[in-house]
Amino acid sequence: MKFSVKAWSTSKGNSAARTGVFQLGNCPQIETPALLLSTRKGLPHFISPDLLPSLPIPDSSLLHVSPLHFMEGISSKTISSIGGIHKMIGLHDFGLAAVARDSIQCLPESSATNKLGASFETPCGRLLIKPAEYMGIISSLRPNLWATLADEVPAWVSKKRNKNSVDRTVKWLDECVALSPASGVAFGAIVGGSDVEERRRCAQEVVKRNVSGYWIGGFGFGESTDERPALLSAVTDILPKDGPRLISGLGLPEEVLQGVAAGIDLFDSSYIYHLTIGGFALTFPLDNKTYASDLKLTGMGSDQTKINLKATVYRKDATPIVESCSCYTCQNHTKAYINHLLNVHEMLAQILLEIHNTHHYLGFFRSIREAIKEGRFEQFREMFVEKRRIHLAEVAVCA
Amino acid sequence: MALRFEVLGRFNRARAARLTLPHFVCQTPLFMPVGTQGTIKGLTTNQLEEIGCQIILGNTYHLALRPTSELIDELGGLHKFMNWPRAMLTDSGGFQMVSLLHLADITEKGVTFQSPVDGKPMLLTPEESIQIQNRIGADIIMALDDVVKTTITGPRIEEAMYRTLRWIDRCIAAHKKPNEQNLFGIVQGGLDPVLRDICVRGLVERNLPGYAIGGLAGGEDKDSFWRVVAQCTALLPEDKPRYVMGVGYPLDIVVCSALGADLYDCVYPTRTARFGTALVPEGVLKLKHKAMAEDTRPIDPTCSCMVCKNYTRAYIHCLVTKDAMGSQLLSYHNLHYMLQLSRDLHSSIIEERFPDFVRGFLQKMFPKGDVPEWVCNAMEVAGIKI
Ligand SMILES: [Zn+2]
Ligand SMILES: [Zn+2]
Repeated sequence: MKFSVKAWSTSKGNSAARTGVFQLGNCPQIETPALLLSTRKGLPHFISPDLLPSLPIPDSSLLHVSPLHFMEGISSKTISSIGGIHKMIGLHDFGLAAVARDSIQCLPESSATNKLGASFETPCGRLLIKPAEYMGIISSLRPNLWATLADEVPAWVSKKRNKNSVDRTVKWLDECVALSPASGVAFGAIVGGSDVEERRRCAQEVVKRNVSGYWIGGFGFGESTDERPALLSAVTDILPKDGPRLISGLGLPEEVLQGVAAGIDLFDSSYIYHLTIGGFALTFPLDNKTYASDLKLTGMGSDQTKINLKATVYRKDATPIVESCSCYTCQNHTKAYINHLLNVHEMLAQILLEIHNTHHYLGFFRSIREAIKEGRFEQFREMFVEKRRIHLAEVAVCA
Repeated sequence: MALRFEVLGRFNRARAARLTLPHFVCQTPLFMPVGTQGTIKGLTTNQLEEIGCQIILGNTYHLALRPTSELIDELGGLHKFMNWPRAMLTDSGGFQMVSLLHLADITEKGVTFQSPVDGKPMLLTPEESIQIQNRIGADIIMALDDVVKTTITGPRIEEAMYRTLRWIDRCIAAHKKPNEQNLFGIVQGGLDPVLRDICVRGLVERNLPGYAIGGLAGGEDKDSFWRVVAQCTALLPEDKPRYVMGVGYPLDIVVCSALGADLYDCVYPTRTARFGTALVPEGVLKLKHKAMAEDTRPIDPTCSCMVCKNYTRAYIHCLVTKDAMGSQLLSYHNLHYMLQLSRDLHSSIIEERFPDFVRGFLQKMFPKGDVPEWVCNAMEVAGIKI
């Protein structure tokens, strides 16, 4: 792995936003802030491997894989004999990052976590996974990057439980690192719930350890939007400038912007999965310049960032989701067709939506990087958040 | 007539042909994947082209319900609606009604059924079926026939056959786009050679662009099945395509092709994929089976498809029936298998090695030499020694 920061946001305010270059395994160098594509058992949920090259390259070459997906159905021994995750999924030039939580089907269940290991709700039921077991799967998968096992807790737990989670996460970090496989770099897990002090304490402990980067957990777990910036900064202020930072659980565009402002480099994309399953397509303009002219999204199912293609207004709409979009879906199919596919519950709807939404969100990240490089990240962010706030206010007035 | 059918090679009854349709030039024998609702489950149209799919089938009954034929027409036809540039075929909708709706009843007027939308009685006449198919705009459209179960016997079979012949004239009269769409007639008559004979002669008199052999693949015994196919192909004109409806097991396709049939359709390859079954030269491979969990070979080591080049049985085992990607990948392989089989049939006839191909196919499927009796009988008629 190689990582270096190339530019810092110079815009007003105390933004810590930064762009950098990140290189993982055989994967071509990628600019950050970047998105890790969400997967199920290593492959995107609906985009089959032969369709992946239609997404922007190399932006789409980082995948998030959850080791928990392989607790059933295939043994670690078989994964090893296949030759690890890259060979198993047939994507040799992709960078694979392993993080236990997938923010979709595998979520931490803190009430069942104990000193032995972390508990998760998964499609195969509740699982308690110990650091040694976790590292066993990591060793057979051989991802390019893996986060140490964490005890993630929601925002509402007691101070004592939260403190406990930091202690455990640091202890497990040492246990995981001691069992490091030969290949792949370790990212130290940082938790601390919604307590700024605990966040700091955890970051300080992790920074002392021999890790190549940082995974920030415990977000998207009931903390409020307003308290998030302080929690994020508490962590990133302590982290060394030259270490990459990966976060889970920040999905919405506004949340990503909060993360970028705090100096996060890598994000997961479970948001895209949730959009796709709900029949939504992202439509927000990708840069401020086109905001004024492009925003003619009227009618039902639109909140100015996305549209719901299940809405009957799209029944006869023979235009693509986004007129200017160069993705496979928009180049080949109309809203009317996707509306029909959703109506009759055909899988192609999800395939086409995941392609467009991924393509669009990768475009959003590109815009973020450009804004940072051009020293206008704060303006970009304010404009984006403002547009959205105005719209939500209008909706509230109408209702 | 909006097609050209040129036989390029033969072996006895078997033929390899070039079928030129308004949207695509197809090579027969050919399997047509079924895209019931304007999509082949889990595949993009680009992927379909990539695996060599030349013509797909749409189900009129489903499309007429949603999104409706009026909407498809308004948006420029099904080709444009689903962005499929190659050939397409639609069925009449009658079979779907009879098989899917319990309360369907056939009278001289047409098929009466209870609307699945509001429960009201509805009527699908031959005229309406053709009108709907004209709106959908497929390269090949099918006449509305009086469908009866093959396992039924007695006067109902005869009634259905004569009604099918009466309805074909109503279909021909209702067909508004004979220069853009080809109306195929359907041979009925159950398992009765006399009735089948009358029906074929009746249809051939109408000089249609192509003919289908209907009323099969409905649970009849295999010996009756191939005999009906053999009888009909012998009577049908040499210079017109012959389509055996609902036939889709690889073995059936090989046998029917040897007997002189050209086109096939079946939901089997994609449906079986969703249940975790792969089509392989040896027959089928059940990926759900525990033994697959540790099998690091590809589904079919001789297959050149994207799935077999990249994935192990163990990984597919871990995906099938649980994750969408499992059925996407298996459908891809299974359709690739069917289309490769179509290409192999075509090229082996052209290259004058058809009997060898058939023997090789049977050898792989029945390595112990236990080729079923009905296949042996059919091959004798096809002039292929096994
Ligand atoms: Zn698009
Ligand atoms: Zn294959």
